[in-house]
Amino acid sequence: MASVAQTLGTGTAGTIQNDESIVVRFAGDSGDGMQLTGGQFTLSSALAGNDFATFPDFPAEIRAPQGTTFGVSAFQINFGSGAIDTPGDAPDVLVAMNPAALKTNVGNLKPGGLIIADEGEFGARNLAKAGYEVNPLEDGSLAKWQLVKFNISQLTLEAVKPFGLGNKEALRCKNMWTLGLALWMFDRDRQPLIDWLNGKFKKNQVLADANIAALNAGHAYGETIEIGGQVKRHHVNPASVAPGLYRTITGAEAVAFGLVAGAQLASMPMFFGGYPITPASSILHYLSNLKEYGITTFQAEDEIAAIASAIGASYAGQLGVTSSSGPGIALKGEAIGLAIMTELPLVIVNSQRGGPSTGLPTKTEQSDLYQAVYGRNGDAPLPVIAARSPSDAFDCAIEAVRIAVQYMTPVMLLTDGYIGNAAEPWAVPDMSTYKPFPVKFLDEVPEAGFKPYSRDAKLARPWVKPGTPGLIHRIGGIEKQVDTGHLDYSPANHQAMTDIRKAKVDGIAHGVPEQDVTLGAAGGKLAVVGWGSTYGAIHQAVSRARAKGLDVSQIHVRHIWPLPTNLGELLKSYDKVIVPEMNTGQFKTVLRDQYLIDAKPVNKVSGQPFTIAELEAAIEEALA
Amino acid sequence: MNDMTPVKTSPKDWETDQEVRWCPGCGDYAILKAVQRTMPELGVKPENTVFVSGIGCSSRFPYYMETYGFHTIHGRACAVATGVKLANPELDVWIITGDGDALSIGGNHTMHLLRRNLNCQILLFNNEIYGLTKGQYSPTSREGTKTPSTPFGSVDRPATPCAFALGSGARFLARAIDTHKNLPNVLKAAHAHQGAAFVEIFQNCIVYNADVFADFTDKANAAPNQLWLEDGKPVLFDGGNKGIALDRDKLQLKVVEVVDGDWQAAGVIVHDVTNRSVAHMLIELRLQDGFPVALGVIFDDPRPTFDSAVIAQNVAVSKGKTPDLQGLLAKGQTWTVEKENTVFG
Repeated sequence: MASVAQTLGTGTAGTIQNDESIVVRFAGDSGDGMQLTGGQFTLSSALAGNDFATFPDFPAEIRAPQGTTFGVSAFQINFGSGAIDTPGDAPDVLVAMNPAALKTNVGNLKPGGLIIADEGEFGARNLAKAGYEVNPLEDGSLAKWQLVKFNISQLTLEAVKPFGLGNKEALRCKNMWTLGLALWMFDRDRQPLIDWLNGKFKKNQVLADANIAALNAGHAYGETIEIGGQVKRHHVNPASVAPGLYRTITGAEAVAFGLVAGAQLASMPMFFGGYPITPASSILHYLSNLKEYGITTFQAEDEIAAIASAIGASYAGQLGVTSSSGPGIALKGEAIGLAIMTELPLVIVNSQRGGPSTGLPTKTEQSDLYQAVYGRNGDAPLPVIAARSPSDAFDCAIEAVRIAVQYMTPVMLLTDGYIGNAAEPWAVPDMSTYKPFPVKFLDEVPEAGFKPYSRDAKLARPWVKPGTPGLIHRIGGIEKQVDTGHLDYSPANHQAMTDIRKAKVDGIAHGVPEQDVTLGAAGGKLAVVGWGSTYGAIHQAVSRARAKGLDVSQIHVRHIWPLPTNLGELLKSYDKVIVPEMNTGQFKTVLRDQYLIDAKPVNKVSGQPFTIAELEAAIEEALA
Repeated sequence: MNDMTPVKTSPKDWETDQEVRWCPGCGDYAILKAVQRTMPELGVKPENTVFVSGIGCSSRFPYYMETYGFHTIHGRACAVATGVKLANPELDVWIITGDGDALSIGGNHTMHLLRRNLNCQILLFNNEIYGLTKGQYSPTSREGTKTPSTPFGSVDRPATPCAFALGSGARFLARAIDTHKNLPNVLKAAHAHQGAAFVEIFQNCIVYNADVFADFTDKANAAPNQLWLEDGKPVLFDGGNKGIALDRDKLQLKVVEVVDGDWQAAGVIVHDVTNRSVAHMLIELRLQDGFPVALGVIFDDPRPTFDSAVIAQNVAVSKGKTPDLQGLLAKGQTWTVEKENTVFG
């Protein structure tokens, strides 16, 4: 397929180029509304029937100093008529709202790609802030790309003039002007955006009208001959997808919905204890709006109280859930041990970010795998599930709830900043196809007498709600006697209880599907083993390598702990195993430890997801 | 709704079959007995009662109460109890904690529970020492306390638990002594209070800090040094021979002599449990300044509870909404693919 970059400069004005997929990156100042622009462009792509993947990439500062390179906020979308698994390695089109945005993003633009720059922002002050001595729009340094520049700021001011806004407010409409131009370029309908603006500003019609005027002006600008010769229009046909109802979904929304669904399937009210932390807070926000689903949300005083209250709620007979990111999970560590010791159900969501310590709060990483699998005092086994994509996070959250209530155990669900913020189309699931797993509390004394630490076939202990007559008992973090739950530090008892806790969690592997080969054959020269959000990039890379005739398969693992029962044998059926991860090789180490296989790491810890090209190169190197 | 009919139980019904593992002579035994004696008088059901504790000697308490119980982790009893109460507000929640558990490692949770006003009872066993870890000084230890971690004497100033609680927004404050006969009355008042009821119990650690409160708890020292407060009654002590009056020039409390029982002539104030300013002054009375120790119910002025507010909001915002998960998933901007490549926005 001809890349968009190659076709951008050809064709005649008025024709529309058909493309399979296009990558567009919007970049501007933190205050320029780039995330909003990207989000609305995503929606427009969805309504056009394209498959897509997005990558919001923004700084940790809320409003970094204007015009600086570290204050640049970007949003990348890859949309296409075929299956789209990643937000794209390199953009075809870069929209740069100021010099800093150009400087930090142009390096990654495909050769021959299109730069749309707001020259109104390329004054001496902004150029200096971005570290340009000479205006790059004038000095020919962008020659390997196609440059289109116009004064978006001025054009926006003119477009919204009739509405009498102040200069600052008027300039805020710049992002809608830009979006209008993008809609023209990619042959999109403006009406859904106009409807959205009317809804968003329904309390201030002047702002709604001004933004709509800016949107229309940007669109009209594209139609004028002024840039007709420079910028071609592109059309991307709808992707071939199964019939049904679709919506866009981010990972954070999917986790929230999945938790609600899980609680419903378990017939349980949910208690969510959370503490604000990037990038996990949005789960708390979503659930706070869903009280009619039997959800109580509690913004606790700290991460420890967030999990401790959730444990208290589980003890009292609700489904306790807490969520955080790495630093917060570290604080919860002792309490996770308490939930393991008291054998109470609990779901812990970790939206991973770059670490250690505060690390990279808004950037993505997969470096909390050791923390999830091993990160507690004592022998403290914890089931761990990892979501591969925003939509997969829905099913993973349900699975986490199921394991928690069926095995009376805390469960950790791993997502990351990329999954949390990224959006993709989602076929709205039919909930009637999900099998309920209603919780059965013990509410009367069993024939053999009541023992709080007796076991069922899954080795789970009974769940008793305080308030139940006849079943009064005490639990705690101190070692419990087998069956009775009384205090007991004796050597044989601690051995027995440690063994039971381990056997219970190990046994979960028998209740989950065997590991499948995600793409390719079972057995062969090379397996690319991944987990979490690297799914899309690995999938595309393996797919391209296979198209070139290489013997390579993709194995993507959801159940990180315990691992699927067949995984060891499956991995041993390949000559080589490589494990791409956004860390320094954590899952690789787990696999080596569990199966004594020579799994080789492929690592990236730049705060950015893998590109397909990077993984293709890794595959070729492994097979060389 | 809960069945509010008082339930008949005896102290025996509140005892477990577990062997009590405190040191012989520990003040905790007396508190345990007092609580087990008080429970029948409250007319509550053991199965609706939950004791939640943190870590420390006092926090073993739940194992000895024939109720539901949760022995959690160090400092987190308040946080766990918050989840228990929000998940089931019908439960009668008692928090058992100590000076280290509640004011050092768990100070944050204590503050926020009080600020939010969770409907529960907090019994803080204050022995001014870390007992379970073998005798280090605690946040309530007096300056100069010599312990294994402060061999030359502690140099930091102690916290006053009731002042901490009042500053955090507590609406009920009381003090009692482990072995004193008034303890059950204080417990009953705490239970009657709707909201977070904070009770500091002076508890004698016989091994690591024996007799640290003897200067006011010993029988010989009791009368001149114990000030038992009663709502609506003059603030008298030392057999009615002394009282507390307001020094109007300095705006602080002072000790006055009461002659022939004429407390009014002496200017003795009348205790008003709803007076927060006076409560603050009473808490700060110190033996070393020539004052008695204020005991009994110091402050009791209820406000709406956190759990009732949470439930009320859950109910209010859910009103008229039917949970419809399928509808929720399909909400927002959606599109339908009827057959391949046919899209309807």
